[in-house]
Amino acid sequence: MLSLDYRQKMKVGAWGFVLPIILLHAFAIVIPAGAGIFYSFTSFSGIGEANWIGLENYSRLIGDESFHAALLNNLKWLLFFWTVPFSLAILAASLLAQVKRGAMLYRVVFFIPYVLPSVVVGSLWRFLLHPDDGLPGLASTLGIPGFELALLGRSETALWTVAFVDNWHYWGFLAAILLVAMQGVSKELYEAARLDGANYFHQLIHVTIPGIRPTLLFMFLMTGIWSFLVFDYVWVMTGGGPAGSSEVIGTFIYRTAFQNFEVGYAAAQGVAVASIAITILILFSLLRKRGWEI
Amino acid sequence: MNNAIRTSARVLSSHFILVVLFVFAAFPLAVLIFNSLKSRTDLAQNPMGPPTEILFSNFVTAWNESAFLLHATNSAILVAGTVALILTLGGMAAYSLARLELPGAVVVMGYMISLTAFPVWLYLVPLFFQWRTLGLLDTLPGLILIYTAINSPLAIFLLRSFLVQIPKELEESAQLDGASRWSILLRIILPISWTGFLTIALVVAVAVWGEFQIAFVILQDTDKYPITTSFLAFAESYGRDWTLTSAVAVIAIAPIVTLFIIFQRRFAEGLTQGSVK
Repeated sequence: MLSLDYRQKMKVGAWGFVLPIILLHAFAIVIPAGAGIFYSFTSFSGIGEANWIGLENYSRLIGDESFHAALLNNLKWLLFFWTVPFSLAILAASLLAQVKRGAMLYRVVFFIPYVLPSVVVGSLWRFLLHPDDGLPGLASTLGIPGFELALLGRSETALWTVAFVDNWHYWGFLAAILLVAMQGVSKELYEAARLDGANYFHQLIHVTIPGIRPTLLFMFLMTGIWSFLVFDYVWVMTGGGPAGSSEVIGTFIYRTAFQNFEVGYAAAQGVAVASIAITILILFSLLRKRGWEI
Repeated sequence: MNNAIRTSARVLSSHFILVVLFVFAAFPLAVLIFNSLKSRTDLAQNPMGPPTEILFSNFVTAWNESAFLLHATNSAILVAGTVALILTLGGMAAYSLARLELPGAVVVMGYMISLTAFPVWLYLVPLFFQWRTLGLLDTLPGLILIYTAINSPLAIFLLRSFLVQIPKELEESAQLDGASRWSILLRIILPISWTGFLTIALVVAVAVWGEFQIAFVILQDTDKYPITTSFLAFAESYGRDWTLTSAVAVIAIAPIVTLFIIFQRRFAEGLTQGSVK
């Protein structure tokens, strides 16, 4: 038996092992987050004093149409990311779970876009979508009409196009995660479904999706939160344009803080994003409490 | 018989869809590599297909014009610094949470979970001003500290899940000999769980190598740029010369894609474990 004294010493010392990283978190995340909440009540410009102005930034935010437009774009982004990458990933993972030959090659290639830096992916797709040199040019050379649009240069299509490119980089990662979850679904359930004459879609809806529901819902939650934080792809591909049509909260905050030097106002926008993230988290935990087994 | 036909028809249609997805994922990369090997006239006539004549000179020009070595070194410093800090500080925390009967472990775990959901736009702008006051703005160590803070909660979860699987008996015999926490961690835990640490190192390396947004905010001196911000600057100034831009892109992604392909099993395991558990 270990002596009580020794065990006691181990327990107290245990805190010494977690303290360094907790201090770093406090220093680089928690304190700045607190400062952000403080700045949101001030007219801080980045230099000089931060003057208290109460709720002024927030009342401005409520009436700021550009902010509303950016927020709406994040909601469109969310809609896109809750549907397109999930459909692709469920399709790919459910097929990968069945095939043996070449499965490894598919998995590696589907995943590679995820490890590429966003700036490279964004720039590559700017080329691919170029009306003359890119895929639209190729389509018209081949005589396929309807693709000569400058997808990134039109306000109706810019945001969806950027979302599509981010999805190109994201869906393979999602597929890898869902595949791991699918491999944990009992083989017997599939056998039973097959004996009942269930086809691919029946099995998908009645066995696969219920079987991976915890992972699926967790990824819905994380994708939902990430959808309000996007920055890289929009910045690299359109810079929020044309005419602000693809502006999202991330690029909007960056501009407010570092181009207009309205740090207090940018902080209020940051608090707004955080509130959205917290709301999504609370909604999910409420659903979980109501027996959704998330 | 009928069943066998049905099964093979099914496998065939599965492969058909998978091949379409394969082309979707791989075609843009093929175009990138093709264009890095073309002359400008070749690219103008044939922007999508394979090069008519393979040309390696773009890589030489791109390497020099983009000061690739300088920026790749900066990226390597960021990756090495962040990985080292996460493996030591994060490893210590994970060991404590998994093994040392830390009083208040549940609270610490809850705190870490809430950190992973902290939106970066809540703290990035104030962090800029805090880093300016502390003299950490526009420095690589300042950026390493941020990357460590942001990437460590998930790393700690994953490491903890590796460490809790180690049988307790191994440590107990060392504890009976009165070994210190440090010597147990270094002599017993590390040799068994190094694969877990390697997985975390890979996941963090990929995240840091490709990170753009925070580097973009924190670094202003172009000599300190990592490959991400320097690539964007290069692509903007060389605008329409896609042969050179593609060549820079290929050398910028080569290290990370190679690393991924060598360790892909371990890598996917690490990323997926984080979300499945």
